[in-house]
Amino acid sequence: MMQTITCECGHSNPYGTSLCQACGKPLKQDVEVLSSMRYEGSARRSQTYKQTFVDKIWNFFSSVKVGVWLIVIILVAAAIGTIFPQETFIPPNVDPATHYESEYGTFGLIYYLLGFHNLYGSWWFILLLGMLGLSIIIASLDRGIPLYKALKTQRVTRHDQFMKNQRLFSKSNDVELDEIKYTLESLRYKVREEDGNLFAEKGRFSRWGAYVNHVGLIIFLTGAMLRFFPGMYVDDILWVREGEKASIPGTSTEDGQYYLENNDFILEMYDKEEKKFNSALSSVDGEVAKNYQSNVTLYKTKENHTIGAEPELVKVKNGEIRVNEPFKFDSFALYQTDFKLNEFYKMSFELEEKATGNKFGKLTVDLHDPKKEYDLGKGYKVKIEEYFPNFVLNDQNQPSTVNNLPDNPAFVFSMYSPKTPDGEKAFVGIQKNIDSGENQFKMSFAGIETKDLTALTVRKDHTLWIIALGGIIFMIGVTQGLYWNYRRIWIKQNAGEVWAAAHTNKNWYGLKKDVEFLSDKTNLTPLEEKETASK
Amino acid sequence: MLKKNRLWFRSALLAILVVAVGYTIYNSMNEESGTYISKGNTAPNFVLTDLNGKQVELEDYRGKGVFLNFWGTWCKPCEREMPYMQRQYEKYKEQDVEILAVNVSETNVSVKNFVDRYRMSFPVPMDKQREVTKAYGIGPIPTTILIDKNGKVVERTSESLSEKKIISFMEKIKP
Amino acid sequence: MAEISSTLLYSAFIIYLFSTLFFAMSISDKKGKDAVHTKKWGKIGFISSCVGFAAQLGYFITRWMASGHAPVSNLFEFTTFFGMMMVLAFIILYIIYRTNGLGVFAMPIAVLVIAYASMFPRDISPLIPALQSDWLKIHVTTAALGEGILAISFVSGLIYLIRTVDQTVSSKKTLWLEIILYSLIAVVGFIFVSVGFKGAGYETTFEMMDDNNQAVKVVYDMPAIAGPSNGEQLDDSFGSLFSTPSWMNGVDASVKLNTFIWSLLAGGILYGLLRLILRKRIAAALQTKVKMKPDLLDEISYRAVAIGFPIFTLGALIFAMIWAQQAWSRFWGWDPKEVWALITFLFYAAFLHLRLSRGWHGEKSAWLCVLGFWIITFNLIAVNLVLVGLHSYA
Repeated sequence: MMQTITCECGHSNPYGTSLCQACGKPLKQDVEVLSSMRYEGSARRSQTYKQTFVDKIWNFFSSVKVGVWLIVIILVAAAIGTIFPQETFIPPNVDPATHYESEYGTFGLIYYLLGFHNLYGSWWFILLLGMLGLSIIIASLDRGIPLYKALKTQRVTRHDQFMKNQRLFSKSNDVELDEIKYTLESLRYKVREEDGNLFAEKGRFSRWGAYVNHVGLIIFLTGAMLRFFPGMYVDDILWVREGEKASIPGTSTEDGQYYLENNDFILEMYDKEEKKFNSALSSVDGEVAKNYQSNVTLYKTKENHTIGAEPELVKVKNGEIRVNEPFKFDSFALYQTDFKLNEFYKMSFELEEKATGNKFGKLTVDLHDPKKEYDLGKGYKVKIEEYFPNFVLNDQNQPSTVNNLPDNPAFVFSMYSPKTPDGEKAFVGIQKNIDSGENQFKMSFAGIETKDLTALTVRKDHTLWIIALGGIIFMIGVTQGLYWNYRRIWIKQNAGEVWAAAHTNKNWYGLKKDVEFLSDKTNLTPLEEKETASK
Repeated sequence: MLKKNRLWFRSALLAILVVAVGYTIYNSMNEESGTYISKGNTAPNFVLTDLNGKQVELEDYRGKGVFLNFWGTWCKPCEREMPYMQRQYEKYKEQDVEILAVNVSETNVSVKNFVDRYRMSFPVPMDKQREVTKAYGIGPIPTTILIDKNGKVVERTSESLSEKKIISFMEKIKP
Repeated sequence: MAEISSTLLYSAFIIYLFSTLFFAMSISDKKGKDAVHTKKWGKIGFISSCVGFAAQLGYFITRWMASGHAPVSNLFEFTTFFGMMMVLAFIILYIIYRTNGLGVFAMPIAVLVIAYASMFPRDISPLIPALQSDWLKIHVTTAALGEGILAISFVSGLIYLIRTVDQTVSSKKTLWLEIILYSLIAVVGFIFVSVGFKGAGYETTFEMMDDNNQAVKVVYDMPAIAGPSNGEQLDDSFGSLFSTPSWMNGVDASVKLNTFIWSLLAGGILYGLLRLILRKRIAAALQTKVKMKPDLLDEISYRAVAIGFPIFTLGALIFAMIWAQQAWSRFWGWDPKEVWALITFLFYAAFLHLRLSRGWHGEKSAWLCVLGFWIITFNLIAVNLVLVGLHSYA
């Protein structure tokens, strides 16, 4: 059996209680009534006994001191993470191992070595957040439940010592109890009466604010955690060229796969002549963007589409995607994120005889799908021996390509003509045309076609509603706890005198106005304020 | 009795939280978590045309181990592991292990030259529209996915592979 | 419309200054005068701050009409609005507590904030696509209101410290208090040097290499104490004493550092002059003027946090997250501005726990309020000017 303490009023309190739940009598010698009022002098469950290892951990996290330390540590860690940009904010093509040192010197190197370049995703930061969550849960359980019991069992008649030790207190004679009751009710207090004693309270629900907001925080943190569970979250990027269709990553199910067509990418700039913004625009060098927009069409394949197979597409809907105006379908949303203007698409060349300048036909190379051979007729043809979409000379001074994007296309052509049936080779790139010097023919540049690309973020987030729910509950709790306060006034008949005491958990100024009003309207002696500990 | 209940309650709550936070940390460390194909999933079927114009469909390889490699001609580590893959392919072909080297969005011209240079004899499906690459959530290349005879993913890695590693992979998916 | 708007802001500024003066009159305790005097000047002070607020509201509305979007889109507009919200917060707390002393400090600090704001480019600028959302006004105004109310907790905490810190001996506390006052004076210094050199038309130009190894010109509008790293001066005005360390980011990092140094210097001179005139610590001089009850100050600063914290959370975190979800596809991305909003939130959360559960009242609480305001201003200014991120559009 758990030990209990029975108060002289007959109520039995859990072990560790400092003020009787019912009458408020201090149950130990050295109890300071006022500071005990924070949790109604109730026993914080964790502090009552210490036994097992589990209890010790529990007790550790139950402490507000530990909670505050966790908040402070997280705060400091979060601040450290802003000293240099996080890994996600550095240019995508650089190696973080060298970037931090070259950019920020020795401090940068240390920052990188300590793993601060990915601080918010580090195991220890997540662990800290987890510990904070634990602390919130345990501390709330340990305080909220006893507080609830104490406030529920509190009686109208309070012990003398409890009354005398309140911050606002007075003794009067000759008071009309009904008058007091009436006045308090006019102040919208809920008044209870017992043996000629009064207990008036207002705003008890505000005491639950802290616990409500903690519930909100826990829901929020749970939502944040669920993001790491499979299926809850899709985050991908989709590049689509104008006039092309592409499958939307993460949208493949048995019902089919979504495809998106980029009909048009629109980039608008502010007009420098516009009067309204004239002075602001003239002070910047470049242009200021007004709108990034993709006009798209959403398609879906038939059921059981095999990835990679030629899709049978059914149009779903058209849409416009702008920054701040995502395009939504099912549980997905597409966001305008990036773009690339004028990517090379098709390049045209003419086969030209060097000596005469005569041309023998034109060929157009699709840079995404060049043909091996282009027959120009009459014995003239051109072969592509090699193709470098993004040409660069590598370490061994060999022509190669940086990646598969046609940003700097270069070719090795073989040119055949009746005059040169064995073929002549030439290396042709942007503003480059190199051969052995003995060639009779050359490939001359004859135009280029380009296309714009749009980049869209593909997002599905099943955790959003949990996060939102947590946020709403938190706001309700924090408002309830901070914008209202729990005011209590006790009136007790005591050997011919009438004792009055008052307490609030915050906003003493407001409570004082209430009791002043009360003593003005009745014969009650004005309640006097005790010196508080803070002075 | 009450005390015992309380201990149980506390232990259970702590255990749940430790598991939840532990799992979160584990997942956050593991880059390929989330919706993408990773260990234990069934590898989604796909069909692509290879360099020779032949249709390659993953499901046709059920009953065999599949060494699924995503690569590009411009990627140095991919280039390094190709000869190893070719050599081991020749050894393990008879043991029902197939290599599918999916090329990520390049042109036939470039890939043909590359394949000829390294005398690659395994199928090279051309993922021109990046459909398979996207569906498999391929980030950096090379990425290798090992699929067993039942079509389940056994391993997924984005490391550049040594020949020894490739041998151990082949052994792993040998039916 | 734009002209009317500027005039209104200018008037508000002047009225605020007068309001400060009126509040100061109300607490000037000449013997023989009494409650009537206090009440009269307090009332005038309060009315004038309301009139000033109305004028500034007029500025806000007319500028909105002129630009077609809520004027909270660049550093000038936002900082001005923050000053306005400080005045609003003061008005609210004045209505509750009727304390003239609060006005003596709150109004000049709001004036300082607005003056500081006007040092940024004041042109009406167009909105980039990311800012074209109703959430711009919702998020920014709510966040600024929250911060304005929290700023009043700083004002009240500061008065508490001036009132209670023992000035008979020199201690760490008196030192820190002087540092706080000095930093307020340094803002005045900044305004003086900015206006002064601008009035004199000072300019000097350097050429330096930017991150992409392109030669760029860096224009200083104050004599260069800190030159750009690896920069070369193109004219023969006063040359730099040292180069800005290269790890400081951005082309104009050196200009900002230089301005900062000038502000500290000017602030130092002003502070020195004040000390010479007063012949004692500034806080000590102020202490003799401040007669408010510490308990009341403590309550006001706590009340301001209690009112401001939920509003701040709503505006700077929740609305921010909703908008970020819509504009950037994720509600949270650990951008420095977001992180510092979170830090502010955590800080005041810790404050509330320390106060409610551990009984940190009075002086400890007052120091925390000061620190909290430091965090807010850091987020307002330093994150935009020093740290790089998505919010550095100003």
